[in-house]
Amino acid sequence: MRKFDTKVQHLKYKVLREVARHAWDDTLLEKVLDIPQQIAPGKVPTMRCCVYKERAILGERVKLAMGGDKEHRNVIQVIDIACDECPAAGYEVTASCRGCIAHRCEDVCKRGAISFDHNHVAHIDKSKCVECGQCAKVCPYSAIINRKRPCQVACKVKAISINDDNAAHIDDEKCIQCGACVYQCPFGAIQDRSFMLDVIDMIKKSQNNTQYKVYAMVAPSISSQFTYAKLGQVITGLKKLGFHTVIEAALGADMVAQAESRELAEKGFLTSSCCPAFVQYIKVNFPQLLPYVSHNLSPMAALGKYLKDTQPGCKVVFIGPCTAKKAEAQLDTVKPYVDAVMTFEELQAIFDSRDFDITTLEEDVLDNASYFGRIFARSGGLSDAVKQGLMEEKLDFIVNPVICDGIEECRMALLKKSKNALQGNFIEGMACVGGCIGGAGCLTHGEKNKAEVDKYGREAFEKTIGDAVSMLK
Amino acid sequence: MKITICIGSSCHLKGSRQIVQELQSLVAQHDLKDQIELAGQFCMGNCQRGVCVTVDEDTFSLTPETTREFFEKDVLPRL
Repeated sequence: MRKFDTKVQHLKYKVLREVARHAWDDTLLEKVLDIPQQIAPGKVPTMRCCVYKERAILGERVKLAMGGDKEHRNVIQVIDIACDECPAAGYEVTASCRGCIAHRCEDVCKRGAISFDHNHVAHIDKSKCVECGQCAKVCPYSAIINRKRPCQVACKVKAISINDDNAAHIDDEKCIQCGACVYQCPFGAIQDRSFMLDVIDMIKKSQNNTQYKVYAMVAPSISSQFTYAKLGQVITGLKKLGFHTVIEAALGADMVAQAESRELAEKGFLTSSCCPAFVQYIKVNFPQLLPYVSHNLSPMAALGKYLKDTQPGCKVVFIGPCTAKKAEAQLDTVKPYVDAVMTFEELQAIFDSRDFDITTLEEDVLDNASYFGRIFARSGGLSDAVKQGLMEEKLDFIVNPVICDGIEECRMALLKKSKNALQGNFIEGMACVGGCIGGAGCLTHGEKNKAEVDKYGREAFEKTIGDAVSMLK
Repeated sequence: MKITICIGSSCHLKGSRQIVQELQSLVAQHDLKDQIELAGQFCMGNCQRGVCVTVDEDTFSLTPETTREFFEKDVLPRL
């Protein structure tokens, strides 16, 4: 059964799994140097020029799986030696150019950057070209291509540049930790730091939850993941790993939907604060709009706070699709409420490090949140929930949401707002296209995922936000 | 006195919200807000016997239907 979208994810998973396996067995210290060879054995390379380079890169992946460079603030890091230094020259004429007579490329180029050699083959003068791409569009042979690095294409906030060694470089000031580059780099040269070892340590030291309780808080996008098993089996698997119990982060989303609808009615304009990458984007690029960001904690932090308040000393582990949540958990405002963040990728690795076949486990139940909390996982869900919140709270306010699906749409809406030209009174900002189900830490991304989230939402026992939240009073 | 109601998934599906509401209204009816603290807890590790409710150290297994009887027999005499 296919568990991942790409082989890069699978490679990263194998490293995480082996590191976790040794961590459970207390053999990590003695075995850590053997992991690269274990994953890339023999003398024949399968991924790179030689097995030694493969192992050197695997060594770097092991470091990141163990938490990476703790001095390095950004949770997203480039593995320099893994970067293949992809071509990045922009528009280029390829051998497919047939030296035709029409010269549409020349006619369309407003900069006069196209010339022809004695074989009538087109050439682009890079000193004149502005990378508009018109020539590529009109060529009937598709002979002009745009060479760009996949990481730079993926990074919509333009945080990736090329350093002196020709490797990718992340500007930590601009990076919003969305993880798009992590997912898109075909060589797996950009990776998120893992806090998986902290989680294993927390579980072990809890001594079967007798010293303190360890809670697993799972994001609602889990409904679109682990599709080879039943959600109830994933819950049993989590408890078998040693978590005291599993709680829906969607209940935190219900709390947020209620509080945010009140805040919106009071202030008249608001941008959402659930997506940490979106909030970080505002901090860096639109600081003047910060007063409009909802003052509510994110669903993860809100529910984490409730747990810490009611069960002093407990540990909270958030498991979701998101690399930016790893950064959010390090913020001073969130740190006290969340002890560690893991992705679904890492959870899969941890399951397999214990050799759990979750498809053979009994089904447990997971039901804390309402339909509205659960649909936070997909674009548009948060706006629906706020609308519902206003109705339930009987607030006389009509929300006119601007649903921003992906950070580029977020940028447009924020730009308009900064110029007072935005039609709408609520910006739902989600950095990943599709919402959280598009997150970089998902095992798989598919067209059915949105439908899965909606289905999971409809299955919720509680039908209203108020009923779901009433339990917490 | 502290009454803790399990609000974990399993007990939730067996009706812990109704029990919370019933207890809230009983506490209000008897004007005992100063004497009884109601609290929630995610999973008490005894899902088969849910809905789990503890009064100080003692554990009870309730359903929404038995909540009033529990309140009269096991809560009020302890005050």
